[in-house]
Amino acid sequence: MIAVIDYRAGNLTSVVKALRHLEARDVVVTQSPDVVRGADKVVLPGVGHFQATQLLADLGLTEAVRESIAKGSWFLGICVGLQWLFEGSTEAPGTRGLGAFTGICEHFPSNEIKQIDGRDIAVELKSPHVGWNSLDIIRPDSRLLRGITAGSFVYFTHSWRAPAVPATASVTNYGGDFTSTIERENVMGMQFHPEKSADVGLQVFKNFVDL
Amino acid sequence: MLTKRIIACLDVRGGRVVKGVQFVDIIDAGDPAELAHRHAAEGADEVVLLDITATHEGRGTLLETVRRAAAKLFVPFTVGGGVRTADDATAVFDAGADKISINSAAIARPQLIGEIGTSFGAQAVIVAIDARRGTNGVEDAEVYVSGGRKPTGLRVVEWAREAEARGAGEILLTSMDTDGMRDGFDCELTAAVSEAVQIPVIASGGAGSAEHFAEVFGRGKADAALAASIFHFGVTSSRELKAQLASVGVSVRLPC
Repeated sequence: MIAVIDYRAGNLTSVVKALRHLEARDVVVTQSPDVVRGADKVVLPGVGHFQATQLLADLGLTEAVRESIAKGSWFLGICVGLQWLFEGSTEAPGTRGLGAFTGICEHFPSNEIKQIDGRDIAVELKSPHVGWNSLDIIRPDSRLLRGITAGSFVYFTHSWRAPAVPATASVTNYGGDFTSTIERENVMGMQFHPEKSADVGLQVFKNFVDL
Repeated sequence: MLTKRIIACLDVRGGRVVKGVQFVDIIDAGDPAELAHRHAAEGADEVVLLDITATHEGRGTLLETVRRAAAKLFVPFTVGGGVRTADDATAVFDAGADKISINSAAIARPQLIGEIGTSFGAQAVIVAIDARRGTNGVEDAEVYVSGGRKPTGLRVVEWAREAEARGAGEILLTSMDTDGMRDGFDCELTAAVSEAVQIPVIASGGAGSAEHFAEVFGRGKADAALAASIFHFGVTSSRELKAQLASVGVSVRLPC
């Protein structure tokens, strides 16, 4: 069974639709810690504010996810769901993440340095980072990215981003490199939206469903 | 590298895709769900469905059309037209939209921008601005509502800034002066809005050739550009358009 956690942040329709399109069996949208404990795979989608993840702790879901990961179930965080795997985010300093990965998510810088006519010039960096950007795959052994060509484009929409860490499977560049895919054993995350990233996204999502 | 987005737009009336010239003369161009899927398959980076008659006829958005179009669409899908309340927005999201575009309703009650953003995230709220300036300078460009029928007295750049401050995730800027003319975007106005806000700006109105897109991404500083009739009648597909853009150095999603 795949448990898709509903923590009242954003829109689950597209994620569930994509899972069903991939013929994933037994997709359940839930807020129940017991359902999460009983699932083989857990998906934490999320668009919106990091603050919304506070509800996970309040409903006892953080603990359920921790137990589920410890017994070896597969976990996939999408967008804010990836960020939640880190220790926290400057977007909501009072809300703690799961802490599976070390580091804090931060807002994109407001400028980036570009070389123009041989000189370094600070140019404005728009935020949110919205649109199709490429995956620089740094861990060819990644199971999530199996069959994905380096440089493939996926769809992002976010203003905070996770740092690159040893578990980072791909980075994406926007005002510097950030973690676009992360993977350590059964704990996985994607900053982009696989359900909105056409064939590339569906392939990555399928790689998770097929685990 | 973040690429420039090509967005296919479906103007829908009475459940059919139509395309007007400067918001009037309407031509039937097909079934919205079928066209949405075709655009995605042909390489569009996003699909937008605008129910162009919803506001002035007082109808709700065509939820069933949205549902059918969203069913097999795995690129971002925006729906606009007839969303007046946060509840209207919820129904459209539930039907499968990823983003909502609001226009008249945001001007009537600007708090709506923040209300939808609170529930669904700022990234899900696009504020659409219909602009007309005739032969005046960009600073005099005025916001119109109700499918381009009513002037509001608001200045375009000022309204774009307010929409951003109230939590819009993107601005969809349509020039009514250039819309449907296939003679190029209003690059000057697009650049003025793009420079005034931090959020992405989608340029709309006037696409007729790949060169027009290259201009609006360069001089017009647009983050994305929208086109309707250029695709419907087989002028070119998004994929062909992007190949042409790539050949002149515009960063686009290819292969797609």
